[in-house]
Amino acid sequence: MFWQQVVNGLTLGSTYALIALGYTLIFGVLGIVNMAHGEVFMFGAFVGLLLVTTFQLNIFVAILGAMIVGCLLGVILEQAALRPLRRRSVSHLAPLISTIGVSIFLESLALRIFGPQAQAFPASVAGQLLSIGPLKISSVQILILAVSFGLMLILRFWLQKTRIGKSLRATAENIETANLLGVNTNKIIVMTVALASGLGAVAGVLVGLAFNAVEPTMGVTMGFKGLAVLIMGGLGNVTGAMFGGIILGIAEVFSVAYGSSSYRDAVAFGIIIIILLWRPQGLFGAQKGGH
Amino acid sequence: MLKVQGMVTSYGNIKALQGIDLHVPAGSIVSLIGANGAGKSTAMKTIVGLLKPDAGQIIFQGQEIQGLPAYKTVALGMSLVPEGRQILANMTVLENMEMGASQRRDAEIDDDLEKMFKRFPILRERRDQLGGTLSGGQQQMLAIARALMARPKLLLLDEPSMGLAPLVVADIFQVIQEINEQGTTVLLVEQNARQALKISNYAYVLETGKIVLHGQADDIAQNPRVKEAYLGGTKRK
Ligand SMILES: Nc1ncnc2c1ncn2[C@@H]1O[C@H](COP(=O)(O)OP(=O)(O)O)[C@@H](O)[C@H]1O
Ligand SMILES: [Mg+2]
Repeated sequence: MFWQQVVNGLTLGSTYALIALGYTLIFGVLGIVNMAHGEVFMFGAFVGLLLVTTFQLNIFVAILGAMIVGCLLGVILEQAALRPLRRRSVSHLAPLISTIGVSIFLESLALRIFGPQAQAFPASVAGQLLSIGPLKISSVQILILAVSFGLMLILRFWLQKTRIGKSLRATAENIETANLLGVNTNKIIVMTVALASGLGAVAGVLVGLAFNAVEPTMGVTMGFKGLAVLIMGGLGNVTGAMFGGIILGIAEVFSVAYGSSSYRDAVAFGIIIIILLWRPQGLFGAQKGGH
Repeated sequence: MLKVQGMVTSYGNIKALQGIDLHVPAGSIVSLIGANGAGKSTAMKTIVGLLKPDAGQIIFQGQEIQGLPAYKTVALGMSLVPEGRQILANMTVLENMEMGASQRRDAEIDDDLEKMFKRFPILRERRDQLGGTLSGGQQQMLAIARALMARPKLLLLDEPSMGLAPLVVADIFQVIQEINEQGTTVLLVEQNARQALKISNYAYVLETGKIVLHGQADDIAQNPRVKEAYLGGTKRK
């Protein structure tokens, strides 16, 4: 029972981590909270669903397709809502408002295209239940765990070891210095927003699969959870987002299993508040606020 | 190598540079001295493209470069070691140096890293430590090594001696001279005018956004006005 809940918690938590990484990457580089991230996540879920149902594609291809569409949305978001505000000395709240605008636009667009009702993935994708000793794992859970942990590992490696990954970290630390060292920081910023949005879109497909429901409003609650993880993990900290997401997922699953499902969010956010009282800078945040 | 003509740069309504002319011949060390707030850093940032000038020309190796972003002037052969060093504190010493070569695609980057480690043995010792853990002097060495990793033809240094102990300052000036002897042209900004003038060929004196004096470094060092304002009066020899 206990280990079963751990597995369920890890599965849910890994999707939270993936969502939170999107917030974290953008916060790290631009110092802003992208309020449209939840809606990019929702759009990704619909694209994945559409590719599986209408286009009859395999779920892996659908995830890849959602990622590509997510990246494109990211590029558009950056060009339309972030870049125009960057050049001028506008209030740092301006991007918050402009990304809220994009989020409202995307939600309305999804309502128009896909309708308000929740839609499910076909039964063929859900797959069967595997038993490993006392544990029961569905093939969807395995898929979610594999894709999200796989992506997190690749992201970590990419940030640590590759030239572009290092340029991204340098840009996140100090845009002016990165520029001085020869990094085209505008290009890095577009790439970061695209990457964050691509990860968000994949998370959308995975969450859609996990709850077997995809609907235009799904980005709102998930967006808030991702934001909570961003703050809990330490603003802009990649490791923090990964661990924070998993902690939130496990806390939620355990509060349902050993308490009552109606307290699920209360317990989870209660834990976040306790963590923040103990470490106001977040689990992995620097002692002094960075930006 | 570098010619600046009538360069004007503002922050909003404040004109920090009111039309300055500079000339940095290939192979020389030219210093730009002046009090705090005179506009020295603004001049350096405008030259490398971190700030856009309102007016004037910046000609580097015969090419007009005003308005080019900094990442492009690096590729042309200019590197700025910024005021306060600006080490990437969360990246390792090695990563900082690799970032210096971020525009390069040639095969000699590793050779150059080795050369830097030879010149600055302390950086080899600390190569896997985070940049933020180094002392001020070590950070200055790292900032210089990082800038040299771009193989600049013109190295711009903004107050490299700031906040360092006298012994370390002597080391830094020694290194600057060596770099110059190996063929890199240097434009040096300093408040430590005495030391700067000692190693320079030519000097400019900047006051509230205007060049008020320029000439051979030796002549500038003998100028009574300079002695009074920047060399701590005539008492100290
Ligand atoms: N980012 C900025 N915004 C507004 N004013 C600035 C800024 N940076 C510098 N200044 C002003 O421009 C003038 C020149 O500054 P600076 O170039 O940093 O001088 P220096 O390097 O010679 O000490 C000063 O009056 C300073 O207050
Ligand atoms: Mg200065």
